[in-house]
Amino acid sequence: MAEFLFEIGLEEIPARMIANAERELAERVKSMLLAEKLVGEEARVRSYATPRRLAVALSGVLGRQEDVTEHVTGPAWKVSFKDDQPTPAAQAFARKVGVPVAALVKQTTAKGEYVSATVTKAGRSAAEILAEKLPGELGKIYWAKNMYWRPGKPERFVRPVRWMVALLDSAVVPVEFGGKVAANVTYGHRVLHGDAPVTIATPAEYVAHLESAYVVADVSTRRERIRKALDRVTRTVEGARWREDEPLVETVTQLTEWPSVVLGTFEPEYLELPDEVLVTVMRDHQKYFAVDDSNGRLAPHFLAVLNTQVDAAGEAVIRHGNERVLRARFNDARFFWTFDQKTPLAARVELLKAVTFQKDLGSYATKTETNLRLAGALATLVTARGIQLDEPALLTATRLAKADLTAELVKEFTELQGVIGGLYARTEGLGERVAQAIYWQYRPAAADDAIPPTVEGQLLGLADRMATIVDMFALGLEPTGSKDPFALRRAANGVIRILAESGLPLKLSELERLATSPQQDALAETTGSAVARFFGERLDFYLREVMGYSYDVAKAVLAAGADDVADAIARAKALTAVRSSDLDGHLAAISAAFKRIQNILRQAREKGEAYDTTTVANTLVEPEERALYAQFSSVVPEVESLRVARRYDEAFGRIATLRPAVDLFFDKVMVMAPDATLRRNRLSLIAEVAARFSSIADFSEIVSS
Amino acid sequence: MANASALTFQELLFNLQTFWAARGCVLQQPYDIEVGAGTMSPETFLRVLGPRPFHVAYAQPSRRPADGRYGENPNRLFKHTQFQVILKPPPERVQEIYLESLAAMGIDLREHDLKFEEDNWEWPAGGAWGVGWQVMLDGLEITQFTYFQQCGGLELDPMCAELTYGLERIAAFLQDVDSIYDIVWARDPVTQRAITYGEVRLQEEVQFSTYNFEHADVSKLWEHFRLYEQECEALLALVSEDEAARAERDRVPVLAAYDLCLKCSHIFNLLDARGAVSVTERVGIIGRIRNLTVGVARAYAATLGKQAAGQAA
Repeated sequence: MAEFLFEIGLEEIPARMIANAERELAERVKSMLLAEKLVGEEARVRSYATPRRLAVALSGVLGRQEDVTEHVTGPAWKVSFKDDQPTPAAQAFARKVGVPVAALVKQTTAKGEYVSATVTKAGRSAAEILAEKLPGELGKIYWAKNMYWRPGKPERFVRPVRWMVALLDSAVVPVEFGGKVAANVTYGHRVLHGDAPVTIATPAEYVAHLESAYVVADVSTRRERIRKALDRVTRTVEGARWREDEPLVETVTQLTEWPSVVLGTFEPEYLELPDEVLVTVMRDHQKYFAVDDSNGRLAPHFLAVLNTQVDAAGEAVIRHGNERVLRARFNDARFFWTFDQKTPLAARVELLKAVTFQKDLGSYATKTETNLRLAGALATLVTARGIQLDEPALLTATRLAKADLTAELVKEFTELQGVIGGLYARTEGLGERVAQAIYWQYRPAAADDAIPPTVEGQLLGLADRMATIVDMFALGLEPTGSKDPFALRRAANGVIRILAESGLPLKLSELERLATSPQQDALAETTGSAVARFFGERLDFYLREVMGYSYDVAKAVLAAGADDVADAIARAKALTAVRSSDLDGHLAAISAAFKRIQNILRQAREKGEAYDTTTVANTLVEPEERALYAQFSSVVPEVESLRVARRYDEAFGRIATLRPAVDLFFDKVMVMAPDATLRRNRLSLIAEVAARFSSIADFSEIVSS
Repeated sequence: MANASALTFQELLFNLQTFWAARGCVLQQPYDIEVGAGTMSPETFLRVLGPRPFHVAYAQPSRRPADGRYGENPNRLFKHTQFQVILKPPPERVQEIYLESLAAMGIDLREHDLKFEEDNWEWPAGGAWGVGWQVMLDGLEITQFTYFQQCGGLELDPMCAELTYGLERIAAFLQDVDSIYDIVWARDPVTQRAITYGEVRLQEEVQFSTYNFEHADVSKLWEHFRLYEQECEALLALVSEDEAARAERDRVPVLAAYDLCLKCSHIFNLLDARGAVSVTERVGIIGRIRNLTVGVARAYAATLGKQAAGQAA
């Protein structure tokens, strides 16, 4: 058993692509070796990555494949040997399988006598297979953007290949890729170690030798070093904490081979700028971590993660350089912040006529008009349903919501759209309701974002997204497959999150209807159902992926209604609770019974049997069908009142009590009775049972565990 | 604290020129037509086409009218100086050689934090793009390092490395001044008196900001744009695909056509700074400029094809 190490040295790989490539390389090498029967499933795989290298190490690699012996059957014996002399047919077969004619034997099968040979296929060495197969695997690694570099463009890869290491224990495997041949030499940190080659004699030395060349090859080790260094350096400021930012930690981990951290300071006067702007400049533009003081307020410090190690004098130089850059960026931001405020938001609305929203939908001025109509209609509707809101504030916020798209600060920091508008609204004294609504209009954008905290913000968010979705669908611009250029899925997820978490009494169909213009209404037949289907998918996604409900619960619940988001969630929750406490299997049995009911009814329909959902009590003759009907009749009003009160878990509990009666019914009563009257009535009975509970969940969708 | 021992602006330029000349680059002079970036000089845009190896370095004053700030912003200029290096094909150790050029500017990497961060470059109106990095030194982007993949809509073979140094930024960093205008451009060899960037260029920034934002005559600019465009198109129309007319085609002055195309590009930038280009017009104009640049690139590449064939024969 050997240890295999492979490293590919590259010019700096984009940080965002490293983690996937590291995983993919490890998977590809392992599955190739598995397919070649050179390792077992249990083989331990370790992977490494820095900006300049990807590596994988496996232990338990066989030196060579086992020989394989197999019997090969050839042509019929009688055409192969005539008078015990081999014919050309026998000679051809022997040549093909690589044995002498004398080694051919007779094989008797049920179909007759055939020529047969025992062939031994010698296993190939691991080195030979690796050298042959690895280049193909490397070439298949996915890169979000790649390049060519050699004349004639023989390959495309993320960046030029600079070296490779391929070792089976201490033997070099001469893998060729990207114009290089693998050896046993790697390179250390560009600056701290320089150009001197680092020889790796055996795979076991890899991590330690790189460490002494100022490279931490293991990603999680590097991440931990960064976190510890951030903690340690932050402690030099009394009571301070660095702002946790996982994506930023990942980025700097993939930008460094030998990380260290330096604390910088900026002039406290910049703290007059909003935190949002300061943090965006630090994080998005400089990859610096923000620091909070002991009161949780932004402190005039930042943390830069370096890809080097320096003494105190060097640290002073680097700190000074980073502070200089940040100061210039803050100056720019302050210039824009002051400059923008010379033009109030209300005056900017006019400028929106020159900003295109979408070429067929016109400018953001038009978009604002659309949003205003919808926001007004939503305000009327929820007010009628007893929701308190500041309607003038909502309309002002909606009118000004897009104005910040013309602000210099937003052009500079596009990720702050909405936020900047909200901040300007506050400094203009437009009131907290207006400012908050504008500020929060694009949230939630990511899964961990909160929804807008105010009703006005929620309604603006709903109106903006719903109008966009309905208008885009009307133009035939709905998302398809992986293509969603207008981020409509994210918009729909936002609508669902807001409806789920705000408690606003609004149904998806109401939002869609109010967002549909009279002209679009003519087309509503097709777009309407497409929008509803789209939201059905998003709600299904929300129930499963965000809320974590199982596939069949989501399906059962949505089959009974996907229009009221909060209600669908309540039903999914109750159904999940009832199912997990369904120790005596009542729910599973009810679900089985509902499946049976659906099957019987379908077959009946196919045979042209007539039935409805009104059972005639007098026509019930068997005791079991009378019992079922009696119990059903007493459960129905209880379930109905529980349903109206949205006490779904109790409703499901009541429905489950029908189980013994249902079981007995199917045991003893023949639904498809010879007598037409009885048959029709029994079909109507089970149809009524199914129909009465169908507004809570389609039980036939439940998969028994 | 300004660093008085750092290189002056012009020494920086000397050192870079000396460094790259010693590594086989032809030193060119700045192109004498307005460009927005060093890439647009024909020394890059056209030379990268075709198979012939070529190494060139030059400083290129780059005009971006909309970036003007009347000399009031310490970090932004209407016209900044790019130092451009084209290595076609790039040597194997191009990154390491680039790092040596930093030493030539007085940067000791052991005292600084260096990162190559992904930054891909694209000039849609030139049908050009490449992948590469912004080279970050202590958090400051000092160079754009690009592996040029396509130009004028044509795939390059061999590809080339393009290094673009932002000279003002680097000088301000090395001299440790907070305003570009405080950069020491030159020092009197006798008196040691410093001549600053502001003394050399401030007036130009102020006057061109005034012209670009306030006085440039929009209707005349549109007219100029049309005239240059028409003339460029007329030249390109001479480029015949007909093999029989090949001798004629090889006489077409594509270099002159490219100059006309650069004129169009600069006029568009002026119109943009004047706020005279609506959003809808914008896409159309960029498309028109692209048609010209791509037409020039194709015509130029066709001529090179002939030359290459001639060389081989």
